[in-house]
Amino acid sequence: MPEKKIKRREFLYTTSYAVGAVGVGAVVWPLIDQMNPDASVKALASTEVDISLVQPGKAITVLWRGKPVFIKRRTPEEIDEARKVKMEDLKDPQKDEDRAKDPEWLVMLGVCTHLGCVPLNDKGDYNGWFCPCHGSHYDTSGRIRKGPAPTNMEIPKYEFINSNTIRIG
Amino acid sequence: MSDHEYVPKSKFGKWFNDRLPLLSLASHLTDYPTPKNLNYWWTFGGILTFCLIIQIVTGLTLAMHYIAHADLAFESVEHIMRDVNYGWLIRYVHANGASMFFLAVYIHIFRSLFYGSYKSPREIIWIIGIIIYLLMMAAAFMGYVLPWGQMSFWGATVITNIFSAIPFVGEGIVTWLWGGYSVGDPTLTRFFTLHYLIPFLILGLVVLHIWALHIPGNNNPIGIDVKKPSKDTVPFHPYIVIKDGFALLMFTIVFAFFVFYSPNILGHADNYIEANPMVTPAHIVPEWYLLPFYAILRSVPDKLMGVIAMLSAIFVLAALPWLDTSKIRSAVFRPLYKQFYWILVADVLILGYVGAMPAEGVYLLIARVATAYYFIHFLIILPVLGSKEKTIPLPLSITEPVLESSLNSPIIKKKESLN
Repeated sequence: MPEKKIKRREFLYTTSYAVGAVGVGAVVWPLIDQMNPDASVKALASTEVDISLVQPGKAITVLWRGKPVFIKRRTPEEIDEARKVKMEDLKDPQKDEDRAKDPEWLVMLGVCTHLGCVPLNDKGDYNGWFCPCHGSHYDTSGRIRKGPAPTNMEIPKYEFINSNTIRIG
Repeated sequence: MSDHEYVPKSKFGKWFNDRLPLLSLASHLTDYPTPKNLNYWWTFGGILTFCLIIQIVTGLTLAMHYIAHADLAFESVEHIMRDVNYGWLIRYVHANGASMFFLAVYIHIFRSLFYGSYKSPREIIWIIGIIIYLLMMAAAFMGYVLPWGQMSFWGATVITNIFSAIPFVGEGIVTWLWGGYSVGDPTLTRFFTLHYLIPFLILGLVVLHIWALHIPGNNNPIGIDVKKPSKDTVPFHPYIVIKDGFALLMFTIVFAFFVFYSPNILGHADNYIEANPMVTPAHIVPEWYLLPFYAILRSVPDKLMGVIAMLSAIFVLAALPWLDTSKIRSAVFRPLYKQFYWILVADVLILGYVGAMPAEGVYLLIARVATAYYFIHFLIILPVLGSKEKTIPLPLSITEPVLESSLNSPIIKKKESLN
């Protein structure tokens, strides 16, 4: 008889704690999730850019989701330089063909993958970008070549609506 | 302690004290026995309490005029500077007050390191102190974001991106911290809320810090326990109150110099340019009090390892009571530790200097050597020193060195043989 009683009590303890934990979790989750991007932030997910005025060798910077996006019209030499690089020389190996759908246009997030600064165009040891904050060098394809950044600059989702307009996002 | 026998004189006082012993607490605080050999390095606890109160009072008044919105924050700070009565004064006291707070806390920490105040039985006081220090850094960082200048914005971007180094969940955590896909209005609003909250958390921890201090009592410059309270100690009031008060007065002169003569010298000119998410300032540096840790972050070429090294530099301090294996508290009686102590001081100053310089060439090399030495000091030198060092014999009591001439030599001989 006493043995059975202890088992009953243990069962009650366990179920009470389990129900309590679920209850606390359910109450805490809204308090945590409220900090995630809200509906109005998510609604600004795409932006259209007119690129008809960009000259070869020049880049423009547009704001998308509060972040700068580089749109660079590359010269044949720059494309050549990016495509000739051997994969084993890269810290984060990725072919230039996979980064630029149209080789002339490189569209990427202008955010250094180290700690989020905006790299400077036409600077650094690889004629691409250079981050002034902690000294990361990127090549003409925006791939990390030297410095503390772990990965290449990110390519956002984008498409050419027509020959003069890109939609990012 | 004497507060157990305390009985209020008035009838009402006794009635009240039986129901809420506030008068007993006041009596404990005034009579609190304090080692009589405390030097001026011990006055920074009081100075830090003063700094906290100044920050809370000026912060509350600034919050009456500040607007935590990405489009209005920068202008509202200029409004405080130009239109609000004495707004310039209150803001300069608050901004420089943060620097003064850190100046005092670094002296307080290095005093503890020199005199071994973190050792048994004061480990909990030390760990609460480290938590307070971490909260101070969080509060200072978020406060620096509020004016929404270029340094605010990019400082916030760089520091929050540190979390992206965490494998798998890092990016999600950063988005969650931002409330968006970059630092923006939601980030500013929540930083303001947390910046407002943290000082009150610190206030609570300061109460625990002092409570934990009042259990064993103060350490002292020779680092031995109080033997005879009647001989070795003086009551907190008036002796320590007057001494702390004088030191505080000297400290406020330095404080006032910065506020009135060079209010912007510790800041960055870039922060008077409104935040611009398209352009990063050419040279990003944190505030001076975070530079040593920034140097450690940059000295490691790998992102995740750099972040781990920087955080370890702070957390290694929490383990200090167990890393320092020497039973002797005060560096006065540890000739080797004393030298290593000063090398560490120099090492931290060097880290601070290279943290402000660009991370390249000779600066990077110096930063790497200094970072390595920082960890060698705590993880290798201190544990080894405990068993290898030949220490100087301790006096028998706090009073003894003062009365040494009147003591006869056999006692000293006997003491030496005990060691």
